[in-house]
Amino acid sequence: MTIEDIQNEIIDEFSMFEDWEERYQYMIDLGKELPLINHQYKTDNNIIKGCQSKVWVHAEMDDDKLVFTADSDAIITKGIIAILIRAFSNQHPKDIIDADTSFIDKIGLKEHLSPTRANGLVSMVKQLKMYAIAYQTQLK
Amino acid sequence: MLNVENIRKDFPILSRKVNGKPLVYFDNAATSQTPQQVINAIVNYYSNYNANIHRGVHTLSQEATDLYEESRKKIQAHFNAKFSHEIIFTSGTTHSINLVANGFSSSLKKGDNIIVSALEHHSNIVPWQMLCERTGATLNVIPMNNEGELVMTAYDKLLSKNTKLVFCNHISNALGTINPIETIIEKAHAVGAAVLIDGAQACPHLKPDVQALNVDFYVTSAHKMCGPTGVGMLYGKEAWLKKLPPYQGGGEMIAEVTFEKTTYADLPHKFEAGTPNIAGGIVFGTAIDYMNSIGFEAIANYENDLLQYATKKLLDIEGLKIYGTSKQKTSVLSFNLEGIHPYDVGSILDKLGIAVRTGHHCAQPIMDFYKIPGTVRASFAFYNTKAEIDILAEGIKKAKMMLS
Repeated sequence: MTIEDIQNEIIDEFSMFEDWEERYQYMIDLGKELPLINHQYKTDNNIIKGCQSKVWVHAEMDDDKLVFTADSDAIITKGIIAILIRAFSNQHPKDIIDADTSFIDKIGLKEHLSPTRANGLVSMVKQLKMYAIAYQTQLK
Repeated sequence: MLNVENIRKDFPILSRKVNGKPLVYFDNAATSQTPQQVINAIVNYYSNYNANIHRGVHTLSQEATDLYEESRKKIQAHFNAKFSHEIIFTSGTTHSINLVANGFSSSLKKGDNIIVSALEHHSNIVPWQMLCERTGATLNVIPMNNEGELVMTAYDKLLSKNTKLVFCNHISNALGTINPIETIIEKAHAVGAAVLIDGAQACPHLKPDVQALNVDFYVTSAHKMCGPTGVGMLYGKEAWLKKLPPYQGGGEMIAEVTFEKTTYADLPHKFEAGTPNIAGGIVFGTAIDYMNSIGFEAIANYENDLLQYATKKLLDIEGLKIYGTSKQKTSVLSFNLEGIHPYDVGSILDKLGIAVRTGHHCAQPIMDFYKIPGTVRASFAFYNTKAEIDILAEGIKKAKMMLS
């Protein structure tokens, strides 16, 4: 599936929720389900510091696709990470670079990507793209 | 007794909705809300008096200058400073602290030490760290105990004849602890050190008397006490302010300028370079009038009642831990739910229309002490109610249910 297909799938899933509570409960459940990152990668090097919650991101190539793993100390943040990873991981670096991120607005989680939240997510999206740019350069 | 129903009518923002719910504003330690009287004063200034001050011969400029200087006198009276020129208008507490830190740059040297408390906000740590880097002086810290109180026996040991400056907040922003500043000041003076007290968190709750405290510098921001953002004050004893060099150069702060030499203006203008926040300065006085019209004793009693009620109510929630349990504290409750990140709790409360602060509150050393990433902080003002605290308690229970 392309990034766009996955994003549309996520938008469809979220459109079924009636209110913020259902949406948040889903995020929280996603957050609980996943150990998202191998413990050895949860290092200071991979940390994105926010004033509120921390995010760890690790990237590695699997063949010609870029695979992300990540984690956070806050569960709602973790839920959003799970969604971002679902959308962007296991894709070609070039597609990740070109990908649009406005689907986050469409699923009603925009406030978590606002810089004022300082939860590391804004930087995380940037970081995913930076990794993609770095690996894309290597591929060439 | 406060008539809270009437007081709430003064604050238009308190009747708005957030996420479809009536706003419950419990982030007062970050900034207080603004009463209509203060909003009107801002509008009145720009509608009728807007002009640059201290330099025009025209009537508007004279009127604006008079209002600005009247406000300075109001602030002087409120804090009981000896002279109005001991009140310096600044952009806020952080600016005030930096002004003093900069002023000591040339007089500190290697071997000197300065003391800060473990309860400080970053704005009362970083300027002094920078000062130490510039001068070679060392920075010592008064430790805190588990209740969030300063360990005064440790303070005694840190003081020496090499101590030049002591800095401490009057009240901790993260925990609400009221520090024993009278003792801190007295002991610092006994070794010849000067003391700066950061009053940003204290001024919304009590009325400091700078002469009775015998403090050398006292700083605060207007926006914590119903005033606008971007304006605050530095109180300094006349002798100190005369001794310190100016912080910034520019217009207003000079007596005479030639390319060879500039002589500085007298106090307070020496520290007020450039066009100041005129409206803010004037309205700072209006905010002080407003708070005095309610009365600080009534405010303190009412807020203490809210604090006791909220403490009891929140401690009923299983797994909730309060940080900062000093008997001497203001209406701040810093807490966490066991095993749940404060960001998650804050996010759910926001959805319920409840504004609290989450994170390290710019006081990372305190969070490190408790080995936590941060807390949820609910801070109450005189316009809050017990009914709102009930809403908070229900909100926390809901967050706990969703997040556990």
